[in-house]
Formats: sequence, C-alpha cells, structure tokens
Amino acid sequence: MKLKKNIATSGEGFIFNPGNGDSFSTNEIGTEIIGMLKDETPPQTIIETICAKYDVDQNQFERDLDDYLSQLKDYTILE
Amino acid sequence: MDKIRYERPIIQKMNTGLMNKFGTRTEYEPVTHIEGVTVKSLINDYGSPLFVISEKQLRRNFQNAARIFKTRYPKVQFAWSYKTNYMNAVCQVFHQEGSWAEVVSGFEYEKALNNGVPGHKIIFNGPDKSDQHLISAARNNSLIHIDHYDELYTLIKLSEEHHLKPRVAIRVNMDTGIYPKWDRFGFNFENGQAWNAITRIINSVNLDLVGLHCHIGTFMLSPSAYATAATKLCELTWGIREKFNKTLQYLDLGGGFPSTNTLKGAYLPGSDTVPSIDQFADAITDVILGYGFKQEDLPLLILESGRALIDDAGYLLGTVLATKRLSDGRRATILDFGVNSLFTSFWYEHKISPAQVFGQHTEEMVLFGPLCMNIDVIRESITMPLLEKGNHLVVHKVGAYNMTQWMQFITLRPNIVLIDMENNTHVIRKAETLEYLEQNEQIPDHLKYNTLK
Repeated sequence: MKLKKNIATSGEGFIFNPGNGDSFSTNEIGTEIIGMLKDETPPQTIIETICAKYDVDQNQFERDLDDYLSQLKDYTILE
Repeated sequence: MDKIRYERPIIQKMNTGLMNKFGTRTEYEPVTHIEGVTVKSLINDYGSPLFVISEKQLRRNFQNAARIFKTRYPKVQFAWSYKTNYMNAVCQVFHQEGSWAEVVSGFEYEKALNNGVPGHKIIFNGPDKSDQHLISAARNNSLIHIDHYDELYTLIKLSEEHHLKPRVAIRVNMDTGIYPKWDRFGFNFENGQAWNAITRIINSVNLDLVGLHCHIGTFMLSPSAYATAATKLCELTWGIREKFNKTLQYLDLGGGFPSTNTLKGAYLPGSDTVPSIDQFADAITDVILGYGFKQEDLPLLILESGRALIDDAGYLLGTVLATKRLSDGRRATILDFGVNSLFTSFWYEHKISPAQVFGQHTEEMVLFGPLCMNIDVIRESITMPLLEKGNHLVVHKVGAYNMTQWMQFITLRPNIVLIDMENNTHVIRKAETLEYLEQNEQIPDHLKYNTLK
C-alpha cells in the first residue's frame, strides 16, 4: 500500500496528481497518513502511530483508515 | 500526555469550473443548548430521538402575531389550529394567550372541550362532522363552518329534529390567483355556489348565519392572495347586508401563513424568501378597513394560523447511528429518526445543526433515517462536519404537523418535552411502548399460540 510516485503532496494537506491534473485537500490526520504512505509505512504501524497520538480507539480508527484508503484508491492516488 | 482530539481522515476532490454564486451552505455552527438547557442533558434524561418545544418561543410567536394584527385592525381573534399540533400542553399555551380552538374532526372537538375551551369559542371546520358532533356543537353554541351541501341539509334536518339553532358560517373557496386552487373545500365564490348556500341558510329558520370562512391554501407565499380572499368575503358580506339586511359578525380568513422553513426545490432559503406576518396583515386588513363598512359594523377578523406560530418553537434531537460510504462514493449518515417521526422532511429541506463542536472540515452527505425503506431520507444533500456514531444533531423548525402527522411505523414515537418559561423541562407526551402499541389489538383464540419451538 503506497502512494504513486508522481503524486505531489504538501504539509498543509494539498495533494496533486500530475497524471490527470486532479487536486485534492485532506485534513490533518489525512496529511499524516499520506506522509506515512509516502514512506511506505505498513498499515499496522500507521494504526499504532495514530492511536498513540489521537484520542481514538483502535477499532474506530481501523474502520476510518479502511474508508480513507478506499477513497485514495478510487482517486487513483495509491499504486 | 493528553491525546489530541480525533477527527477521521477525509479527502476531498477540488473542483474547477464555475462557482455557485451562493456557495455551499454549511450547517457548521453547533447548537449545544435549547433555551438554556443542554442538548446533551435533554438526550441523557429523555432519550433520543426527542421532540423539544419551547414555551417561550410559542408565546413570543403568538404575541408577535397578535400585536401585528391588533395594531392594524380593531377586532382580531386567533383560533389555535389543533391539527397543527394538538398536544394538550401546546393547546393550553395558546388558549392561555387568548386563542380560541379551531378543530377539524370530532376527536379534536372533544379535545378542545376537554381543554376547557367554552363551546362558543370553538370553530368546527372540515368536511367530516358526524351527526352526533354536529348536535353537540350546536348545543354548545360552537361556530359550525359548513363545508358542503350534504352537511348543510343534514344540519337543517338535525336542527329541526332537535330544536336547535346553530351558529354557522360557510367555507368559501375561490380563485385568488394561486395554484393549486383549493376548491375541494366549501362552496365556490365564482360560480355562485357560495351565494346559493348563503341564501339557503338565511331562508332556513333553524340556522343562524354569523360569519364567512375561507382557507385559501397552505404555506402561502403570496400576501396578495389574502387580499383577494378578503375582498371576495367582503363582497359577500356586503351583499348579505344589502339583500337580507343582515350584518355578519365575523370574517375568518383561515390560516396558511408560512414558517421560515425551506421548501424542497426552493432556490433560496425560506428565511430569505418567506413574507413576514406584517405583509399578510397589511394585505388583509387594508382590504377590510377600506371596503366601506361602518366602524360599528366592522366584522371580527378571525385567523386560524398554525404553522407560523409554532414551527420555530419545535426541535427534534437525534443521534448518529452509523456512517457509511455509498457505491458512488457519497458519505451516508444514518440517524435514529426517520420520515416516520419527521414527516415534514417530505416537504422541507430542514435546517440541521450538529450539537457538539467539530473541527473546521466538512463533507457533503446524505442523511438517512433508521427505517428499512429506501424513501427514508431526511436530507438528500447537506454539508456537515465529520459526523461519527453517537454524535447528536438538532433539527430546527419542526413544531408544526410532525407531532400530529407522525407515523407509528417500524419505530415507536419518542418523548415530547416542553421547556417552560423558567427553562424547566416537562414531558408532555410519553414515548410509546410496545404495551401502548398493542393495547387495542385483539387475538382470536385460535391464533393465541403457535407450534414453533
């Protein structure tokens, strides 16, 4: 699960896909997840990192992460 | 170390192209209190979903409408439209403020009597009045508004048989320039039906014609239609005096004033487009005052406004049951109330606010109710903060018609709480239970068992 190589991201939550010209915005947690995906962080590590930092239980976040990743896939941001 | 407040990750595609000049409306500002009572405590104490009515707002609305009409016209009487909301506590607020009762069925008539409204201050409208209720209304000196010829002749017969002289008016339907024309109720003005009915009543020794009534429609957005209606009623009143030397006591212009809810398909929100009560009052009173009646002959002006007096005093509190993503990528939020409780969601794009503080991010979503029915949609598209299971919402302006037209379907009807003038809360209708639901059911002996084990 990793970001396509050509995807441009900013620390402020802006995402640009030069392949088709689409641009996106994401929130703070989304920005952190995008950053970890860029570094090819495994999903389990993403879950542990976010749950340690934010006030959320693991089940809830796993569910939200699944939804987020499926959206990234739909938007052809993931490889 | 304290953890940071969580907000689920979202990604939104940025669209290019022409912008909507009004932008996207975002229901973002949280509503955490209603009349000083926290939404959280209301839901904790009385459950979710929950209807809440503000007594302060009811009284404010009534006093405002009464002031508007009474500063323009010397003789004004409001009659509370029971069908709009016939919770007894609500009716009593309006009766305490001086409203008579306007009822459209036998059980509403009995409700008004049980609420202590004197018979002569009950207006009995509607096409369905039983013989028994007509006799009762005549004996109580109520104002019976005749809807059709069958009712007129029934009333004449009953009055003869029981030696009664009921006080009556006819309901007049007419072309006021609006669509649809409500010509299914009452007697038509343009084709002479109304005049024929008036003549028949006046020639009857048993009926006392005391007024005229019309109700030109509902959620009316055109004050000029009321001016037309008032003109036509004045024309009939004038004709009755000229031809029969009879002065009518009142003109009842009915109800139909809109609330500031937004109708489905409307381009702009109701709060920006709905005429004020002042405009309706101007339209009606200018006509009557200018028609030429002598000061002592000016008829009492009766108004049966319901929706405009109560809609914004009612709230529906609810809870998010689940969120999911639809096959086309849209976010769906499932709430614990549906169209069964919020009947008016068939007509309105209700304003819905979150009841807790969220971050700055929002998303477009569909709000569904909990029913296993595809039609159970509260809002087809609304931009809200990132809702999660357990979050509370506040639906605004639900005071009219929901607590009378709600359906017992799949879920049981919830509690209704009134917040009084001192911000104390009172349950005015208890949540339904299975026992309540089944109390009128009867099971034949052969169906009292089954063989399933």
